[in-house]
Amino acid sequence: MTAVVSKDAARPAGGSGTPSRRRWRTRRGRTHRTSTEGSYALYLLPGGLAFLIVIIVPFVMNTGISFTDWSGVGTPEFTGLENYDRLLGDDDFWESFRHSLAMVAAMALVPTAIGLVLASALFDFVGKHAGSRWVAAVRACFYLPQVLPIAVAGIVWSWILAPESGSLNELLGAVGLDALQQDWLGDPDWALYSVMTVMVWVQIGFPLVIFMSGLQRVDPALHEAAELDGAGWWRRFWHVTLPQLRPEIAVVLLWCTIAALKVFGMVYVLTGGGPGGATNVPSYFAYQNFFENFQAGYGAAISTVLTALILVLAVVALKLQTRAEDENR
Amino acid sequence: MSPVKKYPVLVALVLGAAFMVLPFFIVLMNAVKTPEEYSSDGPLSMPDGVYLDGLADFWERVDFGQKLWNSVLISGSVALLAVVLSVLSAYAIGIGRIRGRPYVLAFFVLANMLPQEALVYPIYYLSKEFGLYDTRLSVVIVFTVVQSAFGTYLLSSVLGGFPREVIEAARIDGATKWQVLWRVVVPVSRPTIGVLMVLFFIWTWNEFLLPLVMLVSDDNQTVSVALGVLQGQRDMDATMTNAAALLGVLPAIAFFLIFQRTLTRGIAVGAVK
Repeated sequence: MTAVVSKDAARPAGGSGTPSRRRWRTRRGRTHRTSTEGSYALYLLPGGLAFLIVIIVPFVMNTGISFTDWSGVGTPEFTGLENYDRLLGDDDFWESFRHSLAMVAAMALVPTAIGLVLASALFDFVGKHAGSRWVAAVRACFYLPQVLPIAVAGIVWSWILAPESGSLNELLGAVGLDALQQDWLGDPDWALYSVMTVMVWVQIGFPLVIFMSGLQRVDPALHEAAELDGAGWWRRFWHVTLPQLRPEIAVVLLWCTIAALKVFGMVYVLTGGGPGGATNVPSYFAYQNFFENFQAGYGAAISTVLTALILVLAVVALKLQTRAEDENR
Repeated sequence: MSPVKKYPVLVALVLGAAFMVLPFFIVLMNAVKTPEEYSSDGPLSMPDGVYLDGLADFWERVDFGQKLWNSVLISGSVALLAVVLSVLSAYAIGIGRIRGRPYVLAFFVLANMLPQEALVYPIYYLSKEFGLYDTRLSVVIVFTVVQSAFGTYLLSSVLGGFPREVIEAARIDGATKWQVLWRVVVPVSRPTIGVLMVLFFIWTWNEFLLPLVMLVSDDNQTVSVALGVLQGQRDMDATMTNAAALLGVLPAIAFFLIFQRTLTRGIAVGAVK
């Protein structure tokens, strides 16, 4: 809010009041005014200040807290690297990061692979034989879960996967596969796979949309040439589409990996990290330490490790993206 | 391509799409069943009629109107304020080409990538210190800044390609930088700004962790938080769960239908630009 008020500060000193069109004309050709209206850097001031207060200060504080023993009230006690030392020996911590790897598979690898095949199938078959309206309709169906609040998607799925009178178990019963019925979210052997499947469903629309817009960039002549040479659909997919979409694939993989490391809402709603930590992830683990165990120092250490990991990936992503942009130009 | 190979692919794609939306149909089907119908026929039967009392009960029980209003108010304010903030910063970076521009930009992107887990505790603590805890304003402030990080990044790259001659011409005509921004740059960039507002609105609507921590009282909670907390407490019966799911899904579908074009275009722009 303060940022918006302070935009007035960026208003040029000479331009008080509302300058009318007439004034534009009367001032034609006069350039000495530039010195009094301030530089462009002034326009960065509101954003910069807001960032300082809302992002940088909390981030530095969080890093600071990670070196202390603190319950959230009273004075934090400085303990140096003790929290990090504890992390290294904490099985729950390592397990939560193993689950992060599972999330990377479910949110980055699988959706990218499926998204690639889907996008080029939609582009080649539906686009050419059924018209763009069908393409838009099918794409919309796949994209819909992406606009759903994660909490709502969680409610929908926790009810479908419920052990008693959940739709999935009912369906299995109806087709005579009673033996396959499970407590999908409550059984430690199944819970992680259930959450992963739901995340694939949530995530798949994102790569699909990106790849479809990427495909429009690919020169149709390449496909035509390959087709004339007798290459079938899979060969063209492998040798033309995939190499052409390389920049998009890299970007999608990295962004989705970062999103996978941040997963919180779905775990909160579907399983609460359970049963017995079987679906716990770093962000939920940090949340538990902050707000349930009142170990702010330990929670801060967990989130600092997570942040370091994400920032490294983000820097790589940025580098790749700039390179892809340069190639496109 | 021979029709023998074409049709299986088309059928597979349509089946896949149907599978994606199947959960929505199951929710819709069950949200209009009576509790008796549900317990006798199970979740897979077609409803006998349309029974809306379950929905109405749930609406009143959680004061859903208030939750909707909170979500609209927070997401709407964030969309507007974050766009203003993004425009100002992007003007300095994209048009002003201030010194150290790549570093400033990288800073904004990294700020946007930070996991909220690394900010949530100090924000929670500081907002308590400043009397902003459990206010909608606190959430608006935080998300205005978080979203504007992305907006600044995207707008800066768009404005970087803004035709210099247009700006030069306006400057020669005597327009100040402030006038050039609002009378030339903003009107010309309206399509991008529109995409940003839609994205900010929907992203903020869907946010979960920070609103969960910050908005504890019933009167301030957003739709996402209220439903997530109810589910997390696991004290909903099947009828309530369905009502909750349907009421949560409906606004999202509405936005989706209204903004579909902007959204798909915006996502593509945001990721590859």
